[in-house]
Amino acid sequence: MSNAALSQTESSTGADTGLGTSLLRAVAGRLVIAVPYLWLLLFFLIPFVIVFKISLSQTAIAMPPYVPVFDLSEGMSGLFASLRELSFENYLWLTEDALYFNAYVSSLMIAGASTFLTLLVGYPIAYGMARAPATLRPVLLMLVILPFWTSFLIRVYAWIGILKPEGLLNQFLLAIGVIDQPLIIMNTHTAIFIGIVYSYLPFMVLPLYSALEKMDYSLIEAAQDLGCPPTSAFWKITFPLSLPGVVAGCLLVFIPAVGEFVIPDLLGGSQTLMIGKTLWNEFFANRDWPVSSAVAVILLLLLVVPIVLFQNAQARAQEQGR
Amino acid sequence: MNASLSRFNIVSIVLGFAFLYLPIVLLVVFSFNESKLVTVWGGFSTKWYVAMFQNQGLMDAAWVTARVAFISATVATVLGTMAALALTRYTRFRGRILFSGMVFAPLVMPEVITGLSLLLLFVSMGLDRGFLTVTLAHITFTMCFVAVVVQSRLVTFDRSLEEAAMDLGATPVKTFFQVTLPVILPAIVSGWMLAFTLSLDDLVIASFTSGPGATTLPMKIYSQVRLGVTPEINAVCTLLIAVVTVGVIAAAIVNKRREVQRQRDEQAAQRG
Amino acid sequence: MQSLGSIRRDFAPWNDPAAKPYIVFDQVTKKFGDFTAVNNLSLSIYEREFFALLGASGCGKSTLLRMLAGFEEPTSGRILLDGQDLRGIPPYRRPVNMMFQSYALFPHMTVEANIAFGLKQEGMEASKIAERVAEMLKLVKLEQFAKRKPHQLSGGQRQRVALARSVAKRPKVLLLDEPLGALDKKLREETQFELMDLQQKLGLTFVVVTHDQEEAMTMADRIAILDKGEVMQVATPAEVYEAPGSRFVANFVGNVNMFEGTVTARDAAGASIDSDSGISIRTENAGDAQSGAKVAYAVRPEKIKVSSRPPMDTASNAAEGEIYDIAYFGDMTVYYVKLGNGLVVKAASLNSARLTDDPLTWNDRAWISFKPDSGVVLTR
Repeated sequence: MSNAALSQTESSTGADTGLGTSLLRAVAGRLVIAVPYLWLLLFFLIPFVIVFKISLSQTAIAMPPYVPVFDLSEGMSGLFASLRELSFENYLWLTEDALYFNAYVSSLMIAGASTFLTLLVGYPIAYGMARAPATLRPVLLMLVILPFWTSFLIRVYAWIGILKPEGLLNQFLLAIGVIDQPLIIMNTHTAIFIGIVYSYLPFMVLPLYSALEKMDYSLIEAAQDLGCPPTSAFWKITFPLSLPGVVAGCLLVFIPAVGEFVIPDLLGGSQTLMIGKTLWNEFFANRDWPVSSAVAVILLLLLVVPIVLFQNAQARAQEQGR
Repeated sequence: MNASLSRFNIVSIVLGFAFLYLPIVLLVVFSFNESKLVTVWGGFSTKWYVAMFQNQGLMDAAWVTARVAFISATVATVLGTMAALALTRYTRFRGRILFSGMVFAPLVMPEVITGLSLLLLFVSMGLDRGFLTVTLAHITFTMCFVAVVVQSRLVTFDRSLEEAAMDLGATPVKTFFQVTLPVILPAIVSGWMLAFTLSLDDLVIASFTSGPGATTLPMKIYSQVRLGVTPEINAVCTLLIAVVTVGVIAAAIVNKRREVQRQRDEQAAQRG
Repeated sequence: MQSLGSIRRDFAPWNDPAAKPYIVFDQVTKKFGDFTAVNNLSLSIYEREFFALLGASGCGKSTLLRMLAGFEEPTSGRILLDGQDLRGIPPYRRPVNMMFQSYALFPHMTVEANIAFGLKQEGMEASKIAERVAEMLKLVKLEQFAKRKPHQLSGGQRQRVALARSVAKRPKVLLLDEPLGALDKKLREETQFELMDLQQKLGLTFVVVTHDQEEAMTMADRIAILDKGEVMQVATPAEVYEAPGSRFVANFVGNVNMFEGTVTARDAAGASIDSDSGISIRTENAGDAQSGAKVAYAVRPEKIKVSSRPPMDTASNAAEGEIYDIAYFGDMTVYYVKLGNGLVVKAASLNSARLTDDPLTWNDRAWISFKPDSGVVLTR
């Protein structure tokens, strides 16, 4: 109660309710909030507004390659004229070409499937780590985090060498005689799944491990004492209690995976449509900034719900004082 | 959870870690490949390492990347720590929900969106793309990770330490620098290391926001990969991995030693 | 000459009309949103007192302490220290120091640095600081632990560092928040006496918050018993125990038997009470009870005798009942005697001899008796 009370008295002025020197306190307090706030407003929020604005304009052979939305060079009448020029044309364009729709759908499906696979792969690992002897756990934790510290790009690149038709996986399988024709994995959805699961695994394992580690194992013992077999105890007790970790892990994988670029670009081929790649091509290859912006806006709208879910999960975890 | 590893557990851990490390191991192994191919072993050689150091473009990119990472990590740590303080110490201020949203959203935001939006911002501000813009972009997206790390430390921080300091005559500002900061320093350092690595590793955002003369290493690697790979790339990657691994393991060892010493001290104190 | 309880103290500034209180809570209220933690509370504490704030959790005692230290401001009312209103003065400007329940030792500083912290904030010069720190270490007998860090100390040692740190600045008032809470029983007993010694030696005013009656009774000059943000009684331990002012206080401290009843007669020598349980009680301590008033007569178990025969002396109040339960503690036995109408009376007797010639067991018929001066009449 005392903490809440302290911050309650602080919050009205950002300082304690004393007089005089609380001025410095108030300034310091305001600074601590204001500086990052302003930074984020400028570099995070406003860019989104600009993206939206650009998505409403036309391409132009110019640098930057779009017609400015607010052209004040001709005064107010010019402004109104250019505002009338604004259109959702780019958005309509997106709906006309099936490519974009397919890309969105495909991205959501691939991200969804990959998230599920990552959960399947990550859960046993996290569970094993949580049940390991306490002295071993920090080591295991470090081993899981270590690949994360090495370059994302490098690790995806490594998979190219493994999954290529003449790559190491096929060499291995051919050598032991399991197959007699190289498997075509590169440039397929499978390669993307492998890539996403591999790269995002630490993001799934860490929250899961955190939730599982906190679980009181005597709950399982109590269940068994009351006649519950182990697998049943897992589904009835362990899994439900680890649900916050599952949710956090899935969101941490799903949301960025939808907009993933590097993995579909390096491992997927022309067959695999993902919106991140589409956006990149639209921007770098076609030099069509307005359309890229429109693509980004729609992607953002698609992800708003999961992002809000994620924020809520974060806030709830904070309150429970994780 | 307490310890009792079943066969299934052991198998899942071993397989899981094998899956995680195999590609890295293969990458490292093939960096010593005699032949030009990345997948067929031709014998042991370190020639690719030599070639790498002689590749000016690669070296320049590495230098740019190191500078960007260092500067952005440092600024991001300051901003992220402030954000974490703002979120944990001030429970009610105007626009808190918006602030909180902005701090945590970049954790999951697809990089193409962040990259594109920042680029458009720089263009409308009239900033030339280059070292400055890529650094600003990196600061923005890494500060959120720092904020998360520092915040989780602040949540468990014992406020009575600050009250004790104030009770003994220290003003709030002095209290922060003499008591709070030293105690949460490990978390701040972790945050810095996280921001550094994220910056070092970033491809997408850098591609959007960087400019001529400020090509980063991931951008260089990516462009080589598209053209065609030689084990030179493997050599670069191996070196990066080695540097990071040594750093992380060193940090872990230092930490472990400190933990063990601390436990020994506490036990000694209990006994006498 | 008779005195209340077996202890007599010469130090009693609260009885001296000329003495001015050092700390005054003047109609202090503290609200947290809708919740009222302290309700229009007034209290005076004198210099050099060892004062205890006693109460269950949620009674407002910690809030009072924190308001005195400066971590909370009263919603209304004043707090005066040596005549000065403390409103608006932040904690780092008050001549008051606090010993925290969790000790709050700075983990990144040595014992020396912890103790020196407050002195550095004052701007004391380095040589003087070193002197004072050495003095403090000697006071709490931790000289050879000077260079250690908190995690290298045991619980009892940490407590002593916290104590040394809080008195290093020689504050006029020391606040202690549940100082013995984290210690084991043996250490607690030792520390109780150490704290009392320290307070006497340094001549400080101590204000201690505790929920432990024993602590308060042992250490304090006066105790304020708090409930739901209000003061129920402020008195010496002996007064609190032997002359509680209300049913609440009587129940709160120690064990008590309550005989509810009506005053049937009232004269200069005392009163007669017809208790609801059928006993007629004659008491000398009638207080301000009027005839016809509904009162409770409170008697402590150790004042009640149990015997298989009725008492010889007719002045004693007596009643017959059946031994309902027995709790044997070795040094003491508590008999639960059920009277005719169902009221269970607790009677505690010291086993001062190894053998007894009046052994009592379950279901025996027994007589309880107590003298007319052994209880108090409570009107509240």
